[in-house]
Amino acid sequence: MVAVHPISDPRCAHCHNEVPSGSVFCCAGCATVYEVLKAKGLGRYYDLRGDIPISPAKTTQRDYLDFDDTAFRDKYTLPRAPGRQHVDLYLEGVHCAACLWLVEKVLKDEPGVIDARLDLGKSTVAIDWDPARTELSTLGRDLDRLGYPPYPAASTDRRAARKREDRKLLVRIAVAGACFGNAMLMALALYGGLFAGIEAEFSQLFRWGSLLVAIPTLLYSATPFYRGAIGSIRARVPHMDLPIAVGLTLGSLAGLVNTVRGDGEIYFDSLTALVFLLLSGRWLQAKEQRRATDAAELLYSLAPATARLADGREVPAENVQPGTLLEVRPSEVIPADGVITQGASSLDLSILTGESRPVEVELGASVSAGTLNLTHAIIIRAEKSGSSSRMGRLLALVEEAAEHRAPIVLEADKLAARFVVRVLVLAAITLVVWLFVDPAHAVDHTIALLVVSCPCALALATPLAVSAAIGQAARAGIFIKGGDTLERLARPAEVWFDKTGTLTEGAQEVVDERGEALAGAALARATQHPVSRAIARKYPRATAPSDAKQTLGGGVEGTIEGTRYALGSPHFILDTKGARIEGALDDARQEWARRGLTPVLVADLDARVVIGAFAVADTTRPDAAASIARLRALGYSPGILSGDDPLVVAEIGREVGITRARGGVSPEAKLATIAASRGPVIMIGDGANDAAALSRADVGIAVFGGTEASLGAAHVFLRRPGLAPVVDAFEGSRRALRVIRRNMRLSLVYNLVGVTLAALGLIGPLGAAILMPLSSLTVVISSYRSRMFRRSP
Amino acid sequence: MSVLYVLLPVAVLFAAGFVGAFVWAVSGGQLDDLETPQHRVILDDDGPSPRG
Repeated sequence: MVAVHPISDPRCAHCHNEVPSGSVFCCAGCATVYEVLKAKGLGRYYDLRGDIPISPAKTTQRDYLDFDDTAFRDKYTLPRAPGRQHVDLYLEGVHCAACLWLVEKVLKDEPGVIDARLDLGKSTVAIDWDPARTELSTLGRDLDRLGYPPYPAASTDRRAARKREDRKLLVRIAVAGACFGNAMLMALALYGGLFAGIEAEFSQLFRWGSLLVAIPTLLYSATPFYRGAIGSIRARVPHMDLPIAVGLTLGSLAGLVNTVRGDGEIYFDSLTALVFLLLSGRWLQAKEQRRATDAAELLYSLAPATARLADGREVPAENVQPGTLLEVRPSEVIPADGVITQGASSLDLSILTGESRPVEVELGASVSAGTLNLTHAIIIRAEKSGSSSRMGRLLALVEEAAEHRAPIVLEADKLAARFVVRVLVLAAITLVVWLFVDPAHAVDHTIALLVVSCPCALALATPLAVSAAIGQAARAGIFIKGGDTLERLARPAEVWFDKTGTLTEGAQEVVDERGEALAGAALARATQHPVSRAIARKYPRATAPSDAKQTLGGGVEGTIEGTRYALGSPHFILDTKGARIEGALDDARQEWARRGLTPVLVADLDARVVIGAFAVADTTRPDAAASIARLRALGYSPGILSGDDPLVVAEIGREVGITRARGGVSPEAKLATIAASRGPVIMIGDGANDAAALSRADVGIAVFGGTEASLGAAHVFLRRPGLAPVVDAFEGSRRALRVIRRNMRLSLVYNLVGVTLAALGLIGPLGAAILMPLSSLTVVISSYRSRMFRRSP
Repeated sequence: MSVLYVLLPVAVLFAAGFVGAFVWAVSGGQLDDLETPQHRVILDDDGPSPRG
């Protein structure tokens, strides 16, 4: 039962978006969810959520039987105990506390569910359930009907490994933090003793105490630095970990000697502080980066996972055997390469070819996995599935391309490497000089130099700025998968755009019309063909004639107010139906064809004459031309690489202001173009046909609405529609790089001052202890107070 | 001042105890998700569930 909703409210009762007056819901999805909620007595969801509009509910109405498959169970679920199975599902459409309440409530009300916990940050729900009492497919259907279509998250062992790694780092930080606190307390007592006097007995106690609490940090928490240093020596590349490891080792040895000797500095407070701060910086950076990679990976797992057999059963798409008959309904993705054995339809091949116009296919035609069936249900006989299909081979190319990408050393790392070498040289000079001047204090001064110059702020400078930048970018709808991508983005480069779905909307629209159009608009209502739908969208008030008859691959005809009309391709209208076309209409049709637009004709069949014409095309995004202009102003040189007809590509290029427009480029040729570029090259795309090029480019950017393959391959992906966020990404990364450089300069100044003082023997342990955290603090503030990524209006 | 010989080990033991508690919390998964709990706390239970 649906509760009464005030009809006068112009907003959808579920998602609160505007709806045409008179309707209660914006779409069938929202209506379903609303009814399910009311029927289950879960109306409290609306109280919790408040009035803010959300995106309309999406339900797939799938039966999720593949969730009960043994292959699925082995790959994605984990037995916790007898009668207790665990699974992580990624949910689409999760956004707020109300979703949290709803998802957990619905699952826990299902008998057989032992525990369900939603992670809002990752949009995943962890479910423990008893397979004997409920099937996972039941839970899948529950979630789907509420507008949260579930997908299996990454395989269990990968997730478990990552979780272990995260927890280990946290424990290292905790140990280092506790040791740092205690070592500092004892160091304070020792410093106090320097001024106020302290009995040798007690200063010795504090020395041994400091040594004791420092041991866990130096031997356990700091192991990543030793490993990094050893790797750096083996690879013969100076790395930030090297001076840290040298400083730690020398410092602890000297501290140990002085503790046993009962005289001099022990350094344990500074060493533990160093390890704690460095590890914390790494954790912050990893957290922000993980957010982007996680999001990409989860979206990657949305790939079409099931195929429907001709008898209606669903099976995992990768297990489809050659020769199997599969049913593909309209607006479903074709799950395997094959041949049509029954029916005919039109397909959207843009994912493979970039061709924006729908392609008609009939009995006996070959179809490729990954392409979209648009208009009619068809039966296909599978020939190749999974990794051996054309799509599978394309995805293999993606991985190969990723391995070929030239490695780049982050500017900050290069600077740090030079810094490392200089510090080591300076330390050696200090040691030798002081051995002549004052042998008793030579080791002391050297270690003071190593500790004070310890690139603490320098080490924090980059990770903090990168972490702040990646976090800000994510909030602005730009997900960046790694710190080095920031630098690649900031450098002026060749920028190649894909056309369909990137520069254009990826959907057909009426761009021009001549003559009498209304009869055609009425006929367009009668079919699901994308071109007809474009015309129908333009004239929402037209109603379809009741006797409309459709001819596949041609057009549609019907009677309106006693006259017979037809709407269709020039071939259908002029040749099949034998209508004449004259004068201005004929000129328009030929001009459209030259510009790469799709002409559609309307004919009066009684008089056998063409009375109207539409031009349909994929239109450019409204912000495309402005974004390209901004990009040029930043010093990037844009171009188009598209699989579509060169005529169409040239026309789009003219519209957005790009002269370097190449059409008819296959996915393999796109990859070759990227690989052949000499300078830095950036690829921006959305389809599987761009994926290999995205992966091979210095930076690959997948735009909003891109396919899973492109999201997986890209280094940056966008969660906001349009091209403006692309330019935001470029501008933001430039600002981020400026902040990194500023941080480096700040910490270098601190270090230069510190090193000079230490080399001259002017700085005591107390001074070093003040200078070090001060420099780190400056860097922290400088990173988090800077606004790097902004949303352009 | 010789009380330090007692206090210092006690302080270190305390620290070890807290590190132990933190390790226990981490390995129990309490720090895996740092975002959701802040939302969960405002959703109070509306009575016992049908299954008790």
